[in-house]
This record gives sequence, C-alpha cells and structure tokens, in this order.
Amino acid sequence: MLDADFFRRWMTAAAASVDREAEHLTALDSPIGDADHGSNLQRGFAAVTAALEKEQPRTPGAVLILAGRQLISTVGGASGPLYGTLLRRTGKALGEAAEVDAEQFAQALRTGVDAVMTLGGAAPGDATMIDALVPAVEALGDGFAAAATAAREGAVATTPLQARKGRASYLGERSIGHQDPGATSSALLVEALVEASDE
Amino acid sequence: MKMLINVAETVVADALRGMAAAHPELIVDVENRVIVRRDAPVAGKVGLVSGGGSGHEPLHGGFVGPGMLSAACPGEVFTSPVPDQMVRAAAAVDSGAGVLFIVKNYTGDVLNFDMAAELAEDEGIQVAKVLVNDDVAVTDSLYTAGRRGTGATLFVEKIAGAAADEGQPLQRVEAIGRQVNENARSFGVALSAVTTPAKGSPTFDLPAGELELGIGIHGEPGRERRAMMTSGEIADFAVGAVLDDMSPRNPVLVLVNGMGATPLLELYGFNAEVQRVLAERGVAVARTLVGNYVTSLDMAGASVTLCQVDEEMLRLWDAPVSTPGLRWGM
Repeated sequence: MLDADFFRRWMTAAAASVDREAEHLTALDSPIGDADHGSNLQRGFAAVTAALEKEQPRTPGAVLILAGRQLISTVGGASGPLYGTLLRRTGKALGEAAEVDAEQFAQALRTGVDAVMTLGGAAPGDATMIDALVPAVEALGDGFAAAATAAREGAVATTPLQARKGRASYLGERSIGHQDPGATSSALLVEALVEASDE
Repeated sequence: MKMLINVAETVVADALRGMAAAHPELIVDVENRVIVRRDAPVAGKVGLVSGGGSGHEPLHGGFVGPGMLSAACPGEVFTSPVPDQMVRAAAAVDSGAGVLFIVKNYTGDVLNFDMAAELAEDEGIQVAKVLVNDDVAVTDSLYTAGRRGTGATLFVEKIAGAAADEGQPLQRVEAIGRQVNENARSFGVALSAVTTPAKGSPTFDLPAGELELGIGIHGEPGRERRAMMTSGEIADFAVGAVLDDMSPRNPVLVLVNGMGATPLLELYGFNAEVQRVLAERGVAVARTLVGNYVTSLDMAGASVTLCQVDEEMLRLWDAPVSTPGLRWGM
C-alpha cells in the first residue's frame, strides 16, 4: 500500500532528480525552445518540497494537491499549469484515503494525464510530455520500474517527431531531431517513483 | 557571455527594485511581481492587465501608467507569469468596471491567464480577454500553437488603454483591443541569437554572415536562414511577408522595433527602407514609431509591425500617454 509518506518521498526524489538534470533539461530546451525548462522546474519543485515540509499533509491525495498548487503558483510558462494540473488532478482522484493501492494510483494518474491532454490540447505523437506519460500509465500495472522504462523510451521516441504544440511547434520541420524537454522531465518524474519505492 | 548582473536567479527581482527606485509614480511590488499604477483603481475605469515573461522590456511593465496599462505581471525571463500574480493585479486595478487581460498568444501565457480569469471571476471581478497573435512567420494551423503575439501588443495596449482612460465600458475596450489585433501583422529578423541569464550562452548557433528570418521574441529560431542581407533587402522581405498577409485600404501605424542589441542608428536606417517599400506598395502611413519596445534580451535584429487604423483608432493612438516606455501629449 502507498501512504502519504510514499508520495512525499516521490516528490522529494523528483525534486532531487530535477536538480541533477536541470542543465540537461535546459540544454534540450535551447535549440527548440527558450532554454529555461530546467531552471523553471527546479524553482517549482523546491517550492513543493518546502511546502510539504511546512504543511505536512496527511493523505496521498493532499500531498499531490498541495504539490500541484505549488507548481501552478511558482513555475509559470506552460509547464506550471500542465505539471500542476497533472499532480492536482491525480491527487483529487485519490480522494481522502490514508492509503491507496497500486491499482488505485494507476487509475488516478490516468485521470491526471487525461486532464493534461485536455488542458494542453496535445495528443500522443505531438512531441510533448504526453509521449512519456501515456506509455508510463499504460505500463504502471507491471510496476514502477516498467513505467519508468516506458516513460524513458517514450521521451527518446520524441526525437524524430515534429512538434505540434507549444513553442517548439513554431519551428515546423526544424523541430525534428530534438528530444522533447517536457517528455524528458516527465520521464524523470516517473523514474522518481522507483526511487521512492526503494527507500 | 558577460552580463551586467549579480546572479542569474535574481535578475528579475533586481530589475524590479531598480524600476521601483526610478518610477515612484508606479507601485512596484517586488515580492509579488506586480507593477501597478499608483492611482489604481481609478473610479469607473476598466482595468487593463497584461504580463508575460521578462526579457522584453519595456514591455509590459514599462507600459504601465495613464493612457496605457493599469498593471503588469512580469514572469521569470521568457516564462509566463503565474495566475497568482494576475489575480493580485486584477484585484488591485478593478474599480467595479471590470478588467481586460491582454495576452500574447503563447501556450504558457494563455494557460496561466485562463486559470487567473477563472480565479478572478470567483472573487467577483468581471474579466474579458484579448489575445494578441500578429506574427505572420508562424503558420497558423492545427499543427502549431498558432501565431505568436509580438509587436502588435504595443498597439493593443496603447489604443485599448486610451479607450479605457476615456471611461469606455469593458465590452467596448475589449472590442477595440480585438480590432487592433485583427488589423495588425508583424515579421521579425535576427542578426544574432539571444543569451538568457540562466543559460549564459546563445540559445542557437547563428554563424557570422547569416541571418534568421521569421524569429520570435524568446530566442526561438526562425523558419529560415539565409546569407546576410542589406537593410533594404531585409525591408523588402519583412514588409513583403506582412503585406502577403494583409491588404491595407486605410493608413497604417508602423512600428520599427529593435530586438535589444541593434543601435537606433541602424533602426532609423532600416525605417527609411521600410517606408520606401510601403510607398512602392502604395500603403499610406499614418504614424511611425521607431525604437526598442518589444525586445528579446540581447538579440540583434528588428521587427516590423503594421496596423491598419480607422479615424477612431488613430484618435486613440494619438491620445496622451505617460508611462516609462511610451510618453507623449502630457
């Protein structure tokens, strides 16, 4: 079973991973965007861990709702509302239970990913975070490690795609050949689940 | 790349502190990232709120003041501000007559302003929105985020701002803002890439002897790269691209806008070429503005914006304005 502590560890692991990979994310964002994806997420997840420390939410749902609100209030850009909505809607779907099982979490995450698709208007194959998140949700039934692998492969698979949403879409065919920064950071978020469950 | 900064993390806050010191006529809330007219809310007046990533100065904070914006929300460099800022700004400027959000068409700006509009309406503030999307370099199709908002933002903020200052109701101010956007088109070129403080090196590689056509204002590369052209050739290309997309029957406002690192000497020379092309194409010019208004940090280059105006729009353009970045008639 997954309790509030597990979800807190997930967010802490995600924050650490974003810190480690910030320069890489920014480098991916340079040729097709505006070179700030790493620093924006760093700022957001630092606010998430600070808020979790301060407010000590008691349920899995409350942890993710608080994390999502922090991202919306601190990240800006498109990533803020999109990542914020992902966590907030996943948290809302978890309800007020003190513990949830893997199946409940997988369903809630699917709700969160659907909300991101509605908000951003992106579909699989548009070279966005959706290309990492959808395969991850589909593989989650086989465990966190399988979801992490699926997310990572999904992110890598954006490289030959032409971006159809967000700033990279302005480049048209010139966006082909670049791994999407949002899909890459989404994979980091899914990989952090493995770290959180190892502890 | 050398920059006149302390550390990258504080560039926006540092600039706001400096702006507060230079402009006592504005309330610059450094902590909450909101710049507001000191006399807001003005009784009976519609509030105009805009915002966007920092790095485009004087847009938007430099356009706060009588005759233009009521408040602006600066985000991190090239990053949309967050909904909390916009709600705070809306609450500060709403006199009960409602608030108009002026939003440049970028995914992040649109998402954050939409979230803010919902939250502000929950607080009982009436909100309308004008989306600025004037950049003809972007193919407007289902497969892109749509045309970007660039130089026309200045025209929308000035003309809608004048309408609001006259006491026109929210619906009218919104309508005239939309009318300005629908009649405006832009095209930009870059002679160098841009360097953000967070990255510290240019965002794309633009070799000497080449220029980038159809650039945006965030260091995103353009659609096409060519061997360097003369000012006259660039004017032919840029004005040509704009006129491929509009056929003005009325006179136009012309904005020859510097991207940040191109000297005024070059911009005025470029304007001479822009005016030549317009004359050749039979387009009448009502007013011309030359300078650095919608910039992209240290990028070298320029954009041309044309806005077709009727008598009412021209009257509102000529109306007095007093902001750090644009000032006349008062």
